[in-house]
Amino acid sequence: MAKILEKRPLTPITKLYKVDAPLVAKSAKPGQFVIVRVREGGERIPLTIADYDREKGTLTIVVQEVGTTTRYLGQLEVGEEILDLVGPLGMPLEIPVEGHIVGIGGGFGAAALLCLMRELRQRGDTTTIINGAREKDLLILNEELTEVCDNLELCTDDGSEGFHGFVTERLAQLIDGDGPGRPDMVVAIGPMPMMRAVTETTRDKDIPTLVSLDPLMIDGTGMCGGCRVTVNNEVKFACVDGPFFDAHQVDFEEAVRRNKMYVKQEQASKDRTACRKLAVGQD
Amino acid sequence: MPVKRVQKTPMPERDAVLRSHDFEEVNEGYGIAHAQFEAERCLRCQDPICIDGCPVRVPIPDFIHKVASGDMRGAAAVLRSSNPLPAVCGRVCPQEVQCEEQCSVGIRFKPVAIGYLERFVADWEMGQPALEVKSNLDRSEKVAVIGSGPAGLVCAGELARLGHPVTIFEALHAPGGVLRYGIPEFRLPKDVLDWEIEQLKRLGVEIRCNVIIGKTIAMDELMGEMGFSAVFIGTGAGLPSFMGIPGENLNGVYSANEFLTRVNLMHANEFPNADTPVMVGKRVAVIGAGNTAMDTVRVALRVGAEHGLIVYRRSDQEMTARVEEHQHAIEEGVEFHWLTNPVEVLGDEDGWVTGLKCIKMELGEPDESGRARPVPIEGSEFVIPVDNVVLSIGNKPNPLLLQTTKGLESNKWGCLVVHDDTSETSREHVFAGGDAVTGAATVILAAGAGKDAAAEIHRDLCEKM
Repeated sequence: MAKILEKRPLTPITKLYKVDAPLVAKSAKPGQFVIVRVREGGERIPLTIADYDREKGTLTIVVQEVGTTTRYLGQLEVGEEILDLVGPLGMPLEIPVEGHIVGIGGGFGAAALLCLMRELRQRGDTTTIINGAREKDLLILNEELTEVCDNLELCTDDGSEGFHGFVTERLAQLIDGDGPGRPDMVVAIGPMPMMRAVTETTRDKDIPTLVSLDPLMIDGTGMCGGCRVTVNNEVKFACVDGPFFDAHQVDFEEAVRRNKMYVKQEQASKDRTACRKLAVGQD
Repeated sequence: MPVKRVQKTPMPERDAVLRSHDFEEVNEGYGIAHAQFEAERCLRCQDPICIDGCPVRVPIPDFIHKVASGDMRGAAAVLRSSNPLPAVCGRVCPQEVQCEEQCSVGIRFKPVAIGYLERFVADWEMGQPALEVKSNLDRSEKVAVIGSGPAGLVCAGELARLGHPVTIFEALHAPGGVLRYGIPEFRLPKDVLDWEIEQLKRLGVEIRCNVIIGKTIAMDELMGEMGFSAVFIGTGAGLPSFMGIPGENLNGVYSANEFLTRVNLMHANEFPNADTPVMVGKRVAVIGAGNTAMDTVRVALRVGAEHGLIVYRRSDQEMTARVEEHQHAIEEGVEFHWLTNPVEVLGDEDGWVTGLKCIKMELGEPDESGRARPVPIEGSEFVIPVDNVVLSIGNKPNPLLLQTTKGLESNKWGCLVVHDDTSETSREHVFAGGDAVTGAATVILAAGAGKDAAAEIHRDLCEKM
């Protein structure tokens, strides 16, 4: 059980939660994730750890309501509890390169950059965050992100805020020396098409790039193998070997295909839960 | 006086056609009449070697004698004194190669149905009002048990009985380990497992789910600031093996662990009432022929497959599944492809499984396992059309704890190395047992290892004082 201490809507479908999870907060490192289950009979889903406070024993997670479980989660209020929360899972992110590190967040993926970029900045790196979204209102956590990096670059597809265009277009400009300049390393967290596009942007530029893969998982401890991904022609379990991998070695096509394995079932489950009042834990 | 009867009293079973569509238990269990009738067959040997065949050394003739004389409470007490999981072991132990293989009646007749009787007694106890159990944790040294599978549960139960406060740490959201996520409801109903775990809690065992030692809490913290004097590692062998053949990452390919976990732990058979789905087409091929493979193929039939296939590179003589599980699978209509080795999983243009390309095998000279080595027959490749492939070719120990814990020695298979006599690992006061040490084996061997380790931990802690 993890009690919700704070809840803040970031967009109409994205919510930030601060939860009481002292053991996880104490051990968490940037890049790791937790697995939650929100009701009896519910799924186990992985959620990236956006931030943590070891002293207060709290964990910050950001949830986008896209499926059954995230919608149940979205209905939980301050004072209520997340039924099961386990972690921290996965390998902490290691950034082997020093210098100018560019973190790219797409949609709610930007949240995961909070603890990572703060730590890199403390280490002495120059840190830039490119935060992108479709439109101004969907850009999340701008204030918090400003505090953890040296340069915050905003991008919107419709030009309603910051750079008019995709994060990859802005990234290409940086690589050419614009703004904070060429990155020594890029870390991308967000939707698969965005991470894939970032990967292609840096591939021929000799810029090491990491992406955070988000495959289907059950246990998160290496037990089921559902999260297997192919990296450098080797099969890896994202839950224990990842979630971060060398972007230029990832078989994205396979990863995208495997993530769509249950599309029909996910829709059926969503339809079922959408047409009635969601009663968390009592259904 | 013992009664001479050639045959075992048969186990009442549910009709194969009916049962292969639901998850209710296949074996219905003895009634009192069956049990007493069967118990009469025990010879009450002076030197009961059946006990030598039991990894937890249940005093078998004692409890069977009590059944014969109608003292079920007494029989239950005898069982419980040596085995904290009788209702589980009575269902899933391979008695035919353990106690029953040693049984003296078995020299001329069929051996006494020790397993069925164990289950009967445990089930009888389950149906009675609970006796008051005194939790008597009078010792000061706390013990941490990592993993709540059979090894961990038995170890914890024994330690609590010896007076040690014990906390089990479980990574998943529910306790039981492989008994929860691996063995299906129709072989081990989860309310039976819950009842067994409840008995351990009544002894004072504390269980903390959603804690991963090595991730949430480090081993050093456990033995340092958290004040545990000793640790038992019973983390099992939960890392699934894949064959490394082309097409294994196609959509519709599962490890048996994933397939079974989706159903047993996450209740995918109840989807969409439960939220986790499982993908099952008309034809499901399960690769392997152990108990897990039989469980998997029988689950596949129950969640909607029209054809459940076992594909195995050796013959039925070399399969590792229990005779009973094999028999039940035959009755439920499972199709067996012996001497057939998969070489590739085939898929359509969208990446979904369409077939399993195999090669025919023949048996050659015995290999290092002592079993005849299967050798491919050149040019014999053929395709079995299937919608799903589930790999059930074995598990290795999970490396998670080893990766994050200093001073734990392991062998080349990733199994923890322990001193044979003491179950102690290369780290002082850290003990281990079960599949984490032996590699994938049986529930009862894990239980036995847990029990032995508990005695060693007790001794270690007494010496320390």
